[in-house]
Amino acid sequence: MEALQILERVKNRFGDRVLEISEKKPDPFAVIDPNAIVEVGRFMNEDPELAMDCLSNESGVDYKDRVEVVYHLFSYQHRHGAVLKVKLPRDNPSVATLEGVWKSANWMEREIFDLLGVNFEGHSDMRRILMPEDWIGHPLRKDFVEPPEYHGISTVRESPIVRLDTKKK
Amino acid sequence: MSTLRTEEMTLNMGPQHPSTHGVLRFVVRADGEVMREAIPDVGYLHRSIEKIAEKVGYRGFMPYTDRVDYVCAMFTNQGWGMVCEKLAGIEVPKRGEYCRVIAAEFNRIASHLLSVGAMAMDIGAMTPFAHVIREREMINDLIEELCGARLTFNYMRIGGVAWDLPPGWREKALKYLDHFDPILEEYNALISWNKIYIERLANVGVITPADAINYNLVGPNLRACGIKWDIRKDIPYSVYPEFEFEVPVGNGQWGKLGDSMDRYVVRIREMAESSKILRQALEKIPPGAVLAKVVRNFKPPAGECQIRVESGRGDMGWYLVSDGTGYPWRVHVRTGSFAAMGIIQKLSAGLMIADLVTLIASLDVIAPEIDR
Repeated sequence: MEALQILERVKNRFGDRVLEISEKKPDPFAVIDPNAIVEVGRFMNEDPELAMDCLSNESGVDYKDRVEVVYHLFSYQHRHGAVLKVKLPRDNPSVATLEGVWKSANWMEREIFDLLGVNFEGHSDMRRILMPEDWIGHPLRKDFVEPPEYHGISTVRESPIVRLDTKKK
Repeated sequence: MSTLRTEEMTLNMGPQHPSTHGVLRFVVRADGEVMREAIPDVGYLHRSIEKIAEKVGYRGFMPYTDRVDYVCAMFTNQGWGMVCEKLAGIEVPKRGEYCRVIAAEFNRIASHLLSVGAMAMDIGAMTPFAHVIREREMINDLIEELCGARLTFNYMRIGGVAWDLPPGWREKALKYLDHFDPILEEYNALISWNKIYIERLANVGVITPADAINYNLVGPNLRACGIKWDIRKDIPYSVYPEFEFEVPVGNGQWGKLGDSMDRYVVRIREMAESSKILRQALEKIPPGAVLAKVVRNFKPPAGECQIRVESGRGDMGWYLVSDGTGYPWRVHVRTGSFAAMGIIQKLSAGLMIADLVTLIASLDVIAPEIDR
């Protein structure tokens, strides 16, 4: 099935809980109500026409007014894919985990939690994965400011080139 | 006689353990020699490459993509090039695509060589490692002639490749392939069909096809479970449809389907297939330009897209969001090693501690690719 047909099928099943379908090329996507994401995921996984057996990619994007979680689904059986999104508020974003449908969500959701601060409700192991456990803030947020030091290790290094420039002035 | 009292131990393995291919750490809960659970702890090589992309712009990011996976840098180059080209609608000249395929397939052989050699070394056989490094050095020499670097290639550009094949390179490459095909047989005779080696690998870390898909395993790890799936064949990109090659899959010949031996053998067979592709590509390469005309201040239109590349460690997904300026809004790389690490905790239950080393090596995880 083409990506748009897949999204139409989901729209027919879930009605107004599919908030928006974007037909924009190259990759069309559907925006789903955050409260319905697990239901939609489970339907797309179990429906024999769609059979989305693989969550190929899950990533988070920080726009300045919202945070989005993007799901790239894929079916090895039918060899087709579709993109879903949920839009979340920037303060304390939270959405249910898809770990129960696709196991691969476990690590990818930990990464999004770590780097963008999205909390996944019902996740079995919601810990930081890439950053140190005592790190403050979420680095891929657009307003993240790098701390000057971490445990006494400076994150700023003087550049000899810059120093030459200032001397000239 | 009273029953022997046993106690569960918690052991730390890594991050500087020699078999962890970089810096990985495992917290192992073991009862004697049998593991209850091995919990991977990653992030020691996190260099915030996705954040860097937002700061350096589209063209400036190309050398950084080398560092995503420095064993397969051609594929990360290609992934970044392809995702930008898809969003901006740029067409790569035919010769440019051929150069990409040639460079990438040489890189795949080099990557698989390192993988199978390191696997033998992890298990305790030192000699095969010396053999594969010898072969890999020759590929490195060829690639160095092509782009000036031996590890972090920075060969590709948005719209093609940086340099055409140097004069006489094609003949050298063909000569190397003539040398390489018998070497693969020699290597197999040296280690692959060794009974002790097979017994160390067979039936260790068995992955079922359903689990492989559910955990999003990709590339050789997926194919070893008997699933015939290769992005080069099934979602064709570049000029791969013009070549004839097989997709090797695991068949459980030495033990259960999807065990470590299957993963090992799939890599060995893929090297032979890459060699076939290379011969065809070197034969058929058309004349012409290698780089499309791309404006210096490259700005794709606002939007987003995703592409998938078959790298040495399997399907690598590049997701790019652009806001129409000269800097990407968001770049996300979903790598094969990241997914493969996610399944280790499940597979480790009931395994011997010595077999954890086999398992990690057979999944061919590369630490920089996990942490990015």
